[in-house]
Order: sequence, then structure tokens, then C-alpha cells
Amino acid sequence: MAVNTDKNSYTILFAIAMVVVVGSVLAFTASSLKPAITKNKEIERQQNILYAMGINGNEGTGDITFVEKAKVADAFKTNVSEQIVLEVKGGKVLKEMTRDEFMKSKDQGAGKEPYLIDIKKEQTKAKNGESRFLPLFKGTQDGKTVYVTAVRGKGLWDAIWGYVTLDKDMVVQGAFFDHAGETPGLGANIKQRYFMDDFQGEKLLNDAGVFKGIKVAKGNNDPVNKIKDDNEVDALAGATITGDGVSAMIKKDLKLYLPYFKNLK
Amino acid sequence: MGLLSKKDAKLITDPLADNNPITIQVLGICSALAITAELKASLVMGIAVLFVLGVGNVVISLMRNIIPSKIRIIVQLIVVAALVIIVDQVLKAFAYDLSKTLSVFIGLIITNCIIMGRFEAFALANKPWQSFLDGIGNALGYAVILVIVGFFRELLGSGTLFGIPVLGDPIEMTGVYALGYENNGFMLMPPMALIIVGLIIWVQRSRNKDLIED
Repeated sequence: MAVNTDKNSYTILFAIAMVVVVGSVLAFTASSLKPAITKNKEIERQQNILYAMGINGNEGTGDITFVEKAKVADAFKTNVSEQIVLEVKGGKVLKEMTRDEFMKSKDQGAGKEPYLIDIKKEQTKAKNGESRFLPLFKGTQDGKTVYVTAVRGKGLWDAIWGYVTLDKDMVVQGAFFDHAGETPGLGANIKQRYFMDDFQGEKLLNDAGVFKGIKVAKGNNDPVNKIKDDNEVDALAGATITGDGVSAMIKKDLKLYLPYFKNLK
Repeated sequence: MGLLSKKDAKLITDPLADNNPITIQVLGICSALAITAELKASLVMGIAVLFVLGVGNVVISLMRNIIPSKIRIIVQLIVVAALVIIVDQVLKAFAYDLSKTLSVFIGLIITNCIIMGRFEAFALANKPWQSFLDGIGNALGYAVILVIVGFFRELLGSGTLFGIPVLGDPIEMTGVYALGYENNGFMLMPPMALIIVGLIIWVQRSRNKDLIED
């Protein structure tokens, strides 16, 4: 059977059929894989929070490894003693909720664990002048109470985000950064250990107790990062905009937690 | 008779050297510039392209007699895009860690000229088995160049291979760094990939004079 493939009607029918077939194949793939993907993303969040707390499988100096997938749920339960949600607006904490209170609250939580709070959505809410939720995870590190905070910002190509662990004086105890699409070998290096480890010990406040943030600085003459009270870490070569993005998100997002930490003292 | 006839085997071996998609056909340069700062990324990109080009070539070849010529480029694009999305989703579901490493590269496959080039030049006119071999051969030829470029860029730019330090520690000044060597940051910049590809083309053509065009 010879078909005249040059006819307009054939072309249109072919295009329609193609769209329907490809569309259904993709829809089927996406919907059947969705539960597995969601589960993976939840595990990843827990791994990232634990990583920022210093609970990870890192060995030596090079690679970053997380708590094993199978052990994540248990590790998260034992190490994160409390999940707190802060409702903030205009630099003030309106409400402090425990995990249970948040999950029961009708408007937002509705059974959702605080670690699953979508930071992007919350940032949009804040931009529209509404109050936003800030997740905060309490745990202990070397016998000291530490708090894991969440940050999210813009890199060169796409979103960057992370978790920063602070003690009650807002000194960084650990950090984890990740990105959606920074350049491999350049901006993507924010996920390398030598960069994340540099944040340990950096102070977010200056001596007078004013919030200063941490700058990812070029040519700060301290590549080994021995000076911890200069609020600077050494930048990544060839990744200026990603580095600036990290500085900006730390400054913008961690400042929101400031009233909570001021109250701790 | 072996598994492959002489003509079939040529479909695989030709693109590895004498008809290499990057150095001879000068296709796929964009992704070669973008992702070769690390050896691991180069390798992973090579594997992903191997899958997409292998399967895509077969799909296009199977449909070659029913595709209307007026919209064949669009059809080819849809096939690539669909395959890339499927690869991405499957990786996210079953190999999440790997999908994190791949991140941008998977999306970059859609823009890879080699794939459209092979669909257009080979799969539209040949049988599925030959198209499959052609796809595999070209993807391998692409991967070889990517790995070579990635090897030099990562070694000279960061002093590591697959993320493992091989030249010593630049901060503690051990290994070759003790002799005064410094990592060449320029190697991590995209233009260096172009220069390395240029050097490979130069070496290849000076060894095989037949490749030089008049």
C-alpha cells in the first residue's frame, strides 16, 4: 500500500497522531514514575539536612557522601530532635509552631512534614506581602544544640539552595549547597567539600552582634580560610555569579532567622 | 560469518576516527565545550548520547517510510525530546544519584547536532539494524573525543581525574606543586575545550593526509 506522504491532509493527520502517541507515552512514563521520584526527593532532603549537621558518610578529603538511603529515615528520626516552623513577616516572627502544630494547621501544613516545606513557594508568598513559613531543625552536634536553616537563591543558570547549620550565636557549624544547573567544573563546585567545609566556623554576625552574612569573596588573601571572623570564604575560580548568588542567599534568607536566634540568648 | 558483516563493522569503526562526528564532521561542538571541564561529566554525557542516538536512530529508521518530508525535522526533534525526557525520568526514579550528576547534560542532548545529523543523514535512508550500528558508532566517536578533552582539562585545570587528586595537593604544596607547578585555571574555561579539539584535529590530520581537504 503506497501512501502519498506529501499530501497536506496526510501531514496534518501524521502530526496529530504523533503528538497523541508521544504525549501519551510521556504522560504514562511520568505518572507511573512519579511516586518513586517523589520518594527519592524526600530522601534527598533528609540526606541534605543530615549532611549539613555533619552526619554523612564522608571519608578522606575528596568526595561528598550521604547517609545511606536505607538508613536515612532512622538517622533523621534520631538526629533531628525537633522540627520547628516559624511564621515570619516583615522581619518579625509571628508564630512558632512545633511539627505537630504545623501538620495539623489547616491552611498550610495539612499533614505535610516541615522538612518538605517548599522554600520557593514561601519566597513567593513573602514577595506578595504575605507571611511565610521558615523550617528550622534542631539537633545536637558534639553535645551542643545546633539549628539547621534552609536557604534558596539564584545562581548563574538556575536555582541554588542549601542548608546551613548554626549554633545559638549564629556561627556556622556545617553547610550543604546544591544547584539545579550550574556549570560543571565551575559553578557546580559549590557542591564540593572544599567549598562547603570552608563555611564551618564562619560567623554570621559581627562583633557588635549586627547581622553581616558571609561573602564568597574573590582574592581575599585567605585561601586556606583560617580567619573565621572576617565573614568571608574563598571564592570558586570562574564562578563569580554563582558565588555571588551564594552570598546573596545567605544574606537574604538567614537574616529571616535572626529574630529567633536573638530570642535564644 | 561473524555477527557483523564487513560493511556493518565499518559503521561502527568509521566514526571513531576517519569520520569522527566532532573532529571531521565538526558537529556537537557546543556540548563538547560546555561539559568537558570534568572527566566524569564527559563520560556520563557520552553514555547518555549513546542511548539516545542508538534508540533514536532505530525509531526514525522504522518510521522512515511514513514520515511526511515536510515536517521531518519536527518529527526528529520530537523523537529526541521524548527520548531525552524518558531517560531523565527513568534516571530520577531508579538512579537518583546519577541523575543529579547528569543534571544539565541530559537536557543538553536535545541540542546536540550529532543526533539530528545522524537522523537526517542516515536513519531516514537506512534499515533499523544499520541505523542502530551507525548510532552506536557515532556516539562512541563523540564520547572518545569528549573523554580526551575532559582528561586534559580536568588534569591540567584542577589537578584531578574523576575528582581524585593525582598531581598532589595544591594547598599543602605536595607532589608536582612542590616543584612550582600551578593548576591552569584557563583550562576550566570553555575556550580551552575548543583549543584542545583543534589540537586533536591537527594531530589527526597530520597523521592521515587523506583527511585534508583541498
